[in-house]
Amino acid sequence: MEKQVQYLEEAVIRFAGDSGDGMQLVGTLFSNTSGSIGNDVNTFPDYPSEIRAPEGTLYGVSAYQIQFGQKRINTPGNKIDLLVAMNASSLKVNLPHVKKGALIIVNSAGFDEKNLRLAKYQKNPLEDNSLSDYQVVPLNISGLVKEELKDSQISPKYVDRTKNIFALGMTYWLYDRPLHHTEKWLEGKFGKKADILASNKRVLKAGWEFANTSEIFKTQFKIKHSDMKPGYYRNITGNHAVAIGLVIAAHKANMPLFLGSYPITPATEILHFISGYKEYKVKHLQAEDEIAGVCSAIGASYGGFFAATTTSGPGLSLKVEAIGLAVILELPLVIVDVQRGGPSTGLPTKPEQSDLFMAMYGRHGEAPLPIVAATSASDCFDMTIEAGRLAIKYMTPVILLTDGYLAQGTNPWKIPNLDELPDIHPTFVTNPEGFAPYKRDPQTLARLWAIPGTQGLEHRIGGLEKEDITGLVTQDPANHQKMVDIRAKKIENIVNDIPLAVVEGEQHGDLLILGWGGTYGAIKDAFDKLRSDGKKVSYCHLKHLNPFPKNLEQILKSFKRILIPELNMGHLRTIIRSTYLIDSIGLNKVQGLPLNAYEVEDKVNELLKVKE
Amino acid sequence: MSTVVDEITHRQHVGTVDYTPKDFKAPIDVRWCAGCGGYSILAQVQRIMPGLGIPKEKIVFISGIGCSSRFPYYMDVYGVHSLHGRAIAIASGLKIARPELSLWIATGDGDCMSIGGNHFIHACRRNVNLNVIMFNNGVYSLTKGQYSPTSQQGQITKSSPLGVLDDPFNPASLALGSGASLVARGYDGDPKNLQYLFERAAQHNGFSFVEVYANCVIYNDGAFDLFTRKETRNEHSILLEHGKPLIFGDNKDKGIKLDGFKPTIVSIADGKYSVNDLLVHDEQDSTLAFILANMTYNPEMPRPMGVFQAIERKTYEQKVEDQIAYYSGKPGAGKLENLLIDEDSWEIK
Repeated sequence: MEKQVQYLEEAVIRFAGDSGDGMQLVGTLFSNTSGSIGNDVNTFPDYPSEIRAPEGTLYGVSAYQIQFGQKRINTPGNKIDLLVAMNASSLKVNLPHVKKGALIIVNSAGFDEKNLRLAKYQKNPLEDNSLSDYQVVPLNISGLVKEELKDSQISPKYVDRTKNIFALGMTYWLYDRPLHHTEKWLEGKFGKKADILASNKRVLKAGWEFANTSEIFKTQFKIKHSDMKPGYYRNITGNHAVAIGLVIAAHKANMPLFLGSYPITPATEILHFISGYKEYKVKHLQAEDEIAGVCSAIGASYGGFFAATTTSGPGLSLKVEAIGLAVILELPLVIVDVQRGGPSTGLPTKPEQSDLFMAMYGRHGEAPLPIVAATSASDCFDMTIEAGRLAIKYMTPVILLTDGYLAQGTNPWKIPNLDELPDIHPTFVTNPEGFAPYKRDPQTLARLWAIPGTQGLEHRIGGLEKEDITGLVTQDPANHQKMVDIRAKKIENIVNDIPLAVVEGEQHGDLLILGWGGTYGAIKDAFDKLRSDGKKVSYCHLKHLNPFPKNLEQILKSFKRILIPELNMGHLRTIIRSTYLIDSIGLNKVQGLPLNAYEVEDKVNELLKVKE
Repeated sequence: MSTVVDEITHRQHVGTVDYTPKDFKAPIDVRWCAGCGGYSILAQVQRIMPGLGIPKEKIVFISGIGCSSRFPYYMDVYGVHSLHGRAIAIASGLKIARPELSLWIATGDGDCMSIGGNHFIHACRRNVNLNVIMFNNGVYSLTKGQYSPTSQQGQITKSSPLGVLDDPFNPASLALGSGASLVARGYDGDPKNLQYLFERAAQHNGFSFVEVYANCVIYNDGAFDLFTRKETRNEHSILLEHGKPLIFGDNKDKGIKLDGFKPTIVSIADGKYSVNDLLVHDEQDSTLAFILANMTYNPEMPRPMGVFQAIERKTYEQKVEDQIAYYSGKPGAGKLENLLIDEDSWEIK
């Protein structure tokens, strides 16, 4: 039959199924293929926190959402254009996210009596007309793969496990993607198992052919490639980007890397990656607790290593005393906090931005430190390098804030040329002449760094207040004031070493949206939409939260109203108010979900109706 | 790539390593109370340091919080006075990073066994080569006299005016049970033995735990008198020496004999038993070490002093080095471009 072709700017698809259905895999393969043909891509894995949730249940549904397109794609998208649902529960859980009129491919074999009961459907939704708002395509995918592989030697159980690959093949036809990137991946994965490799390749091709020849699918969608800059790319999660970023930052500082960490969701993958980097001579300790994680890193830092610790909210709570020690020892340390919903155990797998106050104020005594935040999964790489640069240059602990959404999601990362990244210069001293442990670089105020093994520079440091320059223990009142002032000044001075904030849209006017960290994509989408609708609104997004960029006050004073969307109850808003005496309007969401572009759009539209 | 740290790590000491104890004294006043057991521990450490033949710049003392933890300030080597309970955690990171350094920890019974208990047991099991000197005075002194995890039941302190209810830790048993490879005990009033124990700790390639009974003259004076004073110590303590039978008493007329797993006191003066019937100490016998350590709070038995156990086991930091050497030594290993560009990468031309 003659197929129609429809050109799209972008599309949102979601693979959903049982935890064991391989949805994360096909989602990843689809996004890598899309990236390889020059689309921009943004993904969001949505999987249960249970390790092996019972089969077929509502809480065992695992999904992977991908937005891909010709233009810059900032988020995994909101409403879904194509849902692939492998069983009844995955349809039920994901249906609220599907656009009216969208295509839904369901594996009808996953809608038997047991599956319907587990999904708590009274009647089969494929038969009761309840899905009439959608184009539902029920296919017995289990039956189709069985038919395709009927002469194969592999076990029936394995045959059924290829149904995700069949579904992937169909989506490749639907969105006009080539098979070779996935075929190459299969060869790498199953190269030594000829049967399995051949079966998967056949099923992938069969899925594609089925969609191509079947009369069910009348339209093929095409998306032109984006104008991506030439170079190598890969899809990367935020946690992976942090891990690679730590290795590269240490390399740029010409220092060995040490990670002290304790497993915690959603930060653990950083530890997983780093623990496999022995070939890069990376050392790590999976410590006995969060405190030992940070303390071992402080010990390694004292020994001259580029040291880091990675954690999430509850772990940051446990580390704060040691971070205060690093502040007074004036030792460099990168602390990565992958924020999740709190307080307490809260929502371990869900994103929030509610650790900003703790990063800013969560230590006893006067203990300021630099805070930076990443805006996307791939930006986690850049901000890890930035955190390392500030830590080493200014001899200070630095907190990098990411979140569960950036940590697990992916977007294409343009792999950098290492020569283009800034060099990092530690302040090691080896000359005993005139050495004192708290002598400082007059420019940065960073203290001189003598590490054990350096002859003639033996000295003692510690958590007790130290005399300026000599480092001797003292409780002298004026000295304490002086040291507190110096440590504060050192951090404040960083303002001269970070980029100015950038305003998109008019540089002054009625309404400015001010965001920070991981909400960048959603706010940027909203902003672009509002601008294309002719709305007068400007946008500024912060990656440096302490100190703030030098021009931030002037920017804020150039607008009558400021809207601050954040995934907390107003942390940045409060800090802005206390820093600049400037009030703002909050858009505060704490639902364990990422910010949505439409939420920002709605709020801006509501504000624009009431002219200041 | 050779880093500055690599260079410093491998740098040779300029000149001879020919120190006297005085070279290890930092130019500041020691601020412990007159009569504090800490003075003896400090003096013995300073005395044995020259004999170790380790350049001063390769020695680091790390401490937590408490009276004992002022120790690094008094040693003219590298030092960190850190957080309450965290010295071992910090030292573990430093030792893994820089295995060539000689790492010492000065800690107390509260710092090590209470707030730092978790780090202590895990460093024991990992066998990080740290030399831990625990000043056991049976009380929190710097906070002015509360009971500690080694205070005895019924002990009167500021926070137990009616007597301590807790059972105490037996530090040697805790260390052995956690897998420490060298476990020893001494006391402040026996400088010779302390020097010997500190030397043993220094020479031992693995986690060394030396518990030192350190008298606190202010808050728990005389707590260990029975085992440390001239008049009573021969009858109430016993020195463990590798390969030697366990003999004690004013007249060296008593010994320890094993009755099954139960140590019993026998006389070797009345003709019934001879030296040949006595238990012979073996530092490499971990079962024996447990039995001897468990004599600690048995009021009928003499308090054991000396080395309970010294077993060689590969250190954690060596295993890290081995793993790195293996994986970084493979052909084509360590290329950063392979870290950056993987099989899922693509090129846009």
